[in-house]
Amino acid sequence: MSTIGYFLRGGDDMSGEKILQLGLLGMAGTVGLAGPAAARAFYNFQTPVTPIGRDVLFIHDLFLIIIAILFLIGTGALLYSVFAHSRRRRAHAATFTQPVGRKQWLWASTPFVALLIIDYLILGIPALHSIWALADTADAQMTVQVTAHQWHWQYQYPAYGIGFSSDLSTPQQQIDNQAPKNPHFLLQVDHPLVLPTHEKIRLMLASSDVIHAFWVPAFGIKQDVVPGYLRKTWVQIDKPGVYRGQCAELCGVGHAFMPIVVRAVSPAQFQQWVTQERAREAAVAATASATYSETQLLAQGRHVFQTLCAACHQLNGLGLPGAFPPIAAGHPFAASAPMIAALRARGFYRQGEIVEGPVVNHIRIVLHGIPGTPMPAFAAQLSAADIAAVITYERNDFGNHTGDVIEPAQVAALEDGH
Amino acid sequence: MSAVNPAIEHLHEPHHDAPPRGITRWLYATNHKDIGVMYLVFGVLMFFVGGLLAELIRSELLTPTMRVLSPEAYNQVITIHGLVMVFAAVMPITTGFANYLIPLMIGAPDMALPRLNNWGFWLLPAAAILLVLPWGLKLLGIGTGTIDTGWTMYAPLSIQAGPGADFAFVAVLLLGLSSTMASINILVTIAQQRAPGMSWLKLPVFVWSWVVTALLLIAVFPALMAGCVMQIADRHFGTHFFSAAGGGDPVLWEHIFWFFGHPEVYILLLPTTGILPHILATFARKPMYGYKAQVYSFVAIGVMSIIVWAHHMFTSGLPAGVEIYFMLSTMAISIPVAVLFFCWFGTIWRGSMTFETPMLFALGYIVLFGIGGLTGLVLSDAAADQQYHNTYFLVAHFHYALFGGPIMGIFAGLYYYLPKMTGRMYSETLGRWHFWLTLIAFNVVFMPQFLLGIAGMPRRIPDYALQFAPLNMVSSIGAFLLGATQLLFLYNLARTVFGTAGAPASARVWEGSSGLEFTLPSPPPFHTFSTPPVIE
Amino acid sequence: MNAVTEPHHPYYIPRPSPYPIVLSAALFLLGLGAALRVNALAAGWWALGLGALLFAYVLFRWFGEVIGESRAGLYRAQEDRAFRWGMLWFITSEVVFFASLFGVLFYERNIAVPWLASFNAAHTSWAPFSPWPHFTAHWPNSGPAGTPFEVVNPWGIPALNTLLLLSSGVTVTWAHAGLRAGRRLQLKAGLLLTVALGLTFLGFQAHEFAEAYRDLGLTLHSGVYGATFFILTGFHGLHVTVGAIMLSAILVRAWKGDFTPEHHFAFEAASWYWHFVDVVWLLLFVFVYWL
Ligand code: HEA
Ligand code: HEA
Ligand code: HEC
Ligand code: CUA
Ligand SMILES: [Cu+2]
Repeated sequence: MSTIGYFLRGGDDMSGEKILQLGLLGMAGTVGLAGPAAARAFYNFQTPVTPIGRDVLFIHDLFLIIIAILFLIGTGALLYSVFAHSRRRRAHAATFTQPVGRKQWLWASTPFVALLIIDYLILGIPALHSIWALADTADAQMTVQVTAHQWHWQYQYPAYGIGFSSDLSTPQQQIDNQAPKNPHFLLQVDHPLVLPTHEKIRLMLASSDVIHAFWVPAFGIKQDVVPGYLRKTWVQIDKPGVYRGQCAELCGVGHAFMPIVVRAVSPAQFQQWVTQERAREAAVAATASATYSETQLLAQGRHVFQTLCAACHQLNGLGLPGAFPPIAAGHPFAASAPMIAALRARGFYRQGEIVEGPVVNHIRIVLHGIPGTPMPAFAAQLSAADIAAVITYERNDFGNHTGDVIEPAQVAALEDGH
Repeated sequence: MSAVNPAIEHLHEPHHDAPPRGITRWLYATNHKDIGVMYLVFGVLMFFVGGLLAELIRSELLTPTMRVLSPEAYNQVITIHGLVMVFAAVMPITTGFANYLIPLMIGAPDMALPRLNNWGFWLLPAAAILLVLPWGLKLLGIGTGTIDTGWTMYAPLSIQAGPGADFAFVAVLLLGLSSTMASINILVTIAQQRAPGMSWLKLPVFVWSWVVTALLLIAVFPALMAGCVMQIADRHFGTHFFSAAGGGDPVLWEHIFWFFGHPEVYILLLPTTGILPHILATFARKPMYGYKAQVYSFVAIGVMSIIVWAHHMFTSGLPAGVEIYFMLSTMAISIPVAVLFFCWFGTIWRGSMTFETPMLFALGYIVLFGIGGLTGLVLSDAAADQQYHNTYFLVAHFHYALFGGPIMGIFAGLYYYLPKMTGRMYSETLGRWHFWLTLIAFNVVFMPQFLLGIAGMPRRIPDYALQFAPLNMVSSIGAFLLGATQLLFLYNLARTVFGTAGAPASARVWEGSSGLEFTLPSPPPFHTFSTPPVIE
Repeated sequence: MNAVTEPHHPYYIPRPSPYPIVLSAALFLLGLGAALRVNALAAGWWALGLGALLFAYVLFRWFGEVIGESRAGLYRAQEDRAFRWGMLWFITSEVVFFASLFGVLFYERNIAVPWLASFNAAHTSWAPFSPWPHFTAHWPNSGPAGTPFEVVNPWGIPALNTLLLLSSGVTVTWAHAGLRAGRRLQLKAGLLLTVALGLTFLGFQAHEFAEAYRDLGLTLHSGVYGATFFILTGFHGLHVTVGAIMLSAILVRAWKGDFTPEHHFAFEAASWYWHFVDVVWLLLFVFVYWL
């Protein structure tokens, strides 16, 4: 104890200094080495299941070893110097200021030659290989269109005429710490992207609002999606399984809440799934002309609200002052004056009470969104029944008592032609 | 020269006089030391503001779904943390060193353009206020708080953002003006004010590091300013620079931002790589190794840093050939940086070293920035970067580079020059505690983040999946320790500046120090080198 | 290093000055006002107004002081060199600013627009996914969702403006020659002509903008063409305005008898700036109007 105190107080005794330095660098060394080592042993990339993923893991492993060695050499030299060249050991410093003589120049240039070789040969060549491989989206057996929205993904299979949106299915209660967390907390969705194994699949990526990034670690790909532009990438999965990823570009408040879940199945199972999915979509389409009881609508509406709308308007329907208007009655919307004016102009906002305006406007807003604001258009993502349900729910919960019951047909009627 | 016109005399600041009294000494300052001190004080203060925001980030990330901050507030906090640390902490501090030291180091009576100098400084508080003002407005019920797009301000998220974004873009314009003015002044001073005999290749390395830094600032900041004007235009005047509907491209903003942003990281780094060799040479009691090699490396780093920017955009969908070019050119930068490392090693090699606090921080710099640099090398691999990009691996890289480099270098420089500036020694004991705890805590904060990134945790998320929980907790606890440690530094600083506790410092201050600044008494008089020294 | 003192160092260090901080405050107010105004907050007008007043006042006073010092002969070779290099570096930063704007023009025209057009449905591999199935690359262009517009004919007003600015470059050089040779009348006449040419240029430019908005449908909203057109010509126009103000101030000083054949940094600074603005215009004429 007293020695430590002594070291920290400083003083002229160089042996204290020396040990101090040794300790410092030794520790930094251990941490620096333990890092990559631990990375390799416990916290490596998720096991890659695509050719690109394996390439990248190979590069990564190689890299960690090389930088660990470089780090060791560097820290070793520093340690040695601190130890051997302290004042205690050498009362008189040398006076050289640059390499002299052929041998020393040679010696001084080795590190740079080594770095060049490492950069361009050892690391550069495998990298070139996988960059080219990554760019090669030709000869795909299937193409899937991926569209990013604030804040969920939408998948379409043009070859099969099916498509759906894929939303975070972690209940808001778990996010608010009011329920125990699922092991796949924040990495679960209602409709995963289903892909066949062993086939080269091209992904066409687009965004409807801001830049997002499609990232599934086990596939070794990360691709930004840029609104108004198309991006391509490809995967070829060799192992059936469930692979989880996340949006990897800051896209607003819901950025942490738009996971990607891919279920890879054998081609035969994939065909089966396509059949099921077609049937499901047909059933959903049929709901547009069905009628539902108020209880059914309220239950479904609550579900839709909690999965889709609560991200912005919050579970309790109170919204967020200034950003997202409340759905609940009696809560003045603390927005900027122009925002309130815009809402008023739509006949929708009355100071202090909301969602009690005309039903038609309400439906239109949910169908087509409010252009120029984060309020998205849901026409492409939600069935008429779901929209009817969520509007019924909004108008009869949160202290709203309009008593309106909206049926899918009302929504369908407004769906095309504003 | 003929006799001085008597009419002029009253305009002259009487030399060797005491500094002006009262607050106007600072508000109206034209003296390079006073302005330098203001830069330093402002920067250190803002480092604590940025650090406080970092503590908020780490509190939110202590466990999954902490609700210290809402997701909106979280995005605003990380954005302002990044902007404040980069623009309001590190840059002002290094500029403070430049203002204080360059005239002393080159034997000039002052900076070449003293009033411009003061103007450059006072733009900084203005910009800092604009950055955080939207939070104040929000309290009054106006707007949605400050900018929440990340410090990179990518369009079109930035177009969608609330009024806070306008404040931020305007703030960046003021910051750009400030940096441009400071850089002009520094370049002119170095070119014009050198004492007789101080040839270019006799300039201290620190001065050289600033030649390159200032040139870089002039070469890239105006581009960012132009970009900010376009952002404001897209937000409010209906233009389509960054919107596909009008033929524009969001990726264009990325190009603009990183054309500035990559050189910017060297703008942050270079001044401290300039201070480092002085400190190493002083405490190794040995002349600096490889002076010319270091100067050429600065120049090489400066030039190369302008042509590698798109390594930040490897996932944005650039054509493969473009990615390969940017990968190869980025890798090339590691060569001149490694030359600097080599010279640092050469400087202490076979020296006669002692380990006072500045030396400890300098050695810590080599190790920590070494880790930052080496992991940068990893990131420059366009294929592997697909996995690292926007994960905590990247966050760890740039904190090792930014804290391990500039911040460690700033600590080293502050401890090194504090006795010179104040005339009193700081507490060596406290300094050592500060170093040790910083070193340990820093690694505890950011080493786990490498692992988190490798395991797949994206950056800029307030909540995360459960497998990331243990390491995040370690990181957060480390951050609290790191924050507390910096209070130690603050105390040591305050006690040296305001107290009388420290022993008086000699002119040399350190046994091994050399350079013109150490020929002056500590603290140096208000006006120095009114008659220039002659360098042999 | 060994420091030996030498007797005389004639270098002027100005007294503490209130102007820098007040100028910063003025810019703060202007920035604040702009940020508030674009968000339709009324307080913005106050901040803008106050900022502008303060700005004008400080510049007036600050330059006044500098001119006073210059007249008093405080500036000698050293200060003169410092000012010169300062101005040159400042112009360099302006060059970068305009270079970035030209870079944007280049990017939008040669990268962004062709890229968007590559999603044309005619390109089979994109077909089912095309966000803009009918878009084709051409320049000028207002983008896939843009409105139609016409471009300004380069051989009308723009060509005339080129001529005006080029001659103003000549007249300012002529004025300089007069100053150096001690022919004050030539100095004043040259400056007067230059300012007049600059103002005429601005008048034409304003007319052209009005016409573009009124008759050609060419506005800020006209996609990337409108955006790059107006930002480039707009910022150039702003610089011409600043240059004209600088030259007018120089003219007033020349009238009052300032400047000697050896000693006239302010004149040179203004004329460098003017030449810089000239060169930018030439590039504008070629890349924005003509090609
Ligand atoms: C001071 C700041 C700083 C510095 C100096 C660097 C230095 C480098 N950086 Fe870093 N970087 C940042 C700050 C910095 N960076 C920031 C802030 C970001 C993220 C921005 C954001 O997205 O928000 C970033 C992001 C970033 C990326 C983008 C990653 C991505 O977004 O996907 C890349 C990719 O190439 C990269 C590479 C590099 C490289 C090759 C260097 C090279 O200069 C490194 C060269 C150094 C070496 C090669 C070390 C050599 C030393 C030895 C060989 C001796 C070793 C000895 C011992 C250890 C004792 N950086
Ligand atoms: C020089 C630059 C710099 C520095 C020094 C730091 C320092 C720190 N940063 Fe910084 N950071 C950035 C630049 C920097 N950062 C940038 C550019 C980003 C990217 C932003 C973006 O995504 O856009 C970022 C992002 C970032 C993140 C990622 C957020 C995310 O992606 O979600 C995290 C998370 O841990 C983090 C943590 C820290 C911590 C713990 C420190 C610590 O080192 C801080 C040390 C602590 C202190 C100095 C606090 C001391 C203060 C007190 C104890 C309070 C006392 C108060 C008063 C006296 C007023 N930072
Ligand atoms: C991306 C965030 C977001 C999501 C998700 C979202 N909204 Fe909104 N919503 C908004 C914003 C922002 C506004 C205010 C727009 C404005 O400024 O005019 C809004 C406005 C509304 C309004 C207008 C009336 C009012 O309350 O002021 C209704 C109704 C509405 N949303 C319903 C929904 C429903 C139903 C859902 C889910 C199916 C949903 N929203 C999902 C952001 C969102
Ligand atoms: Cu979508 Cu982040
Ligand atoms: Cu970079």
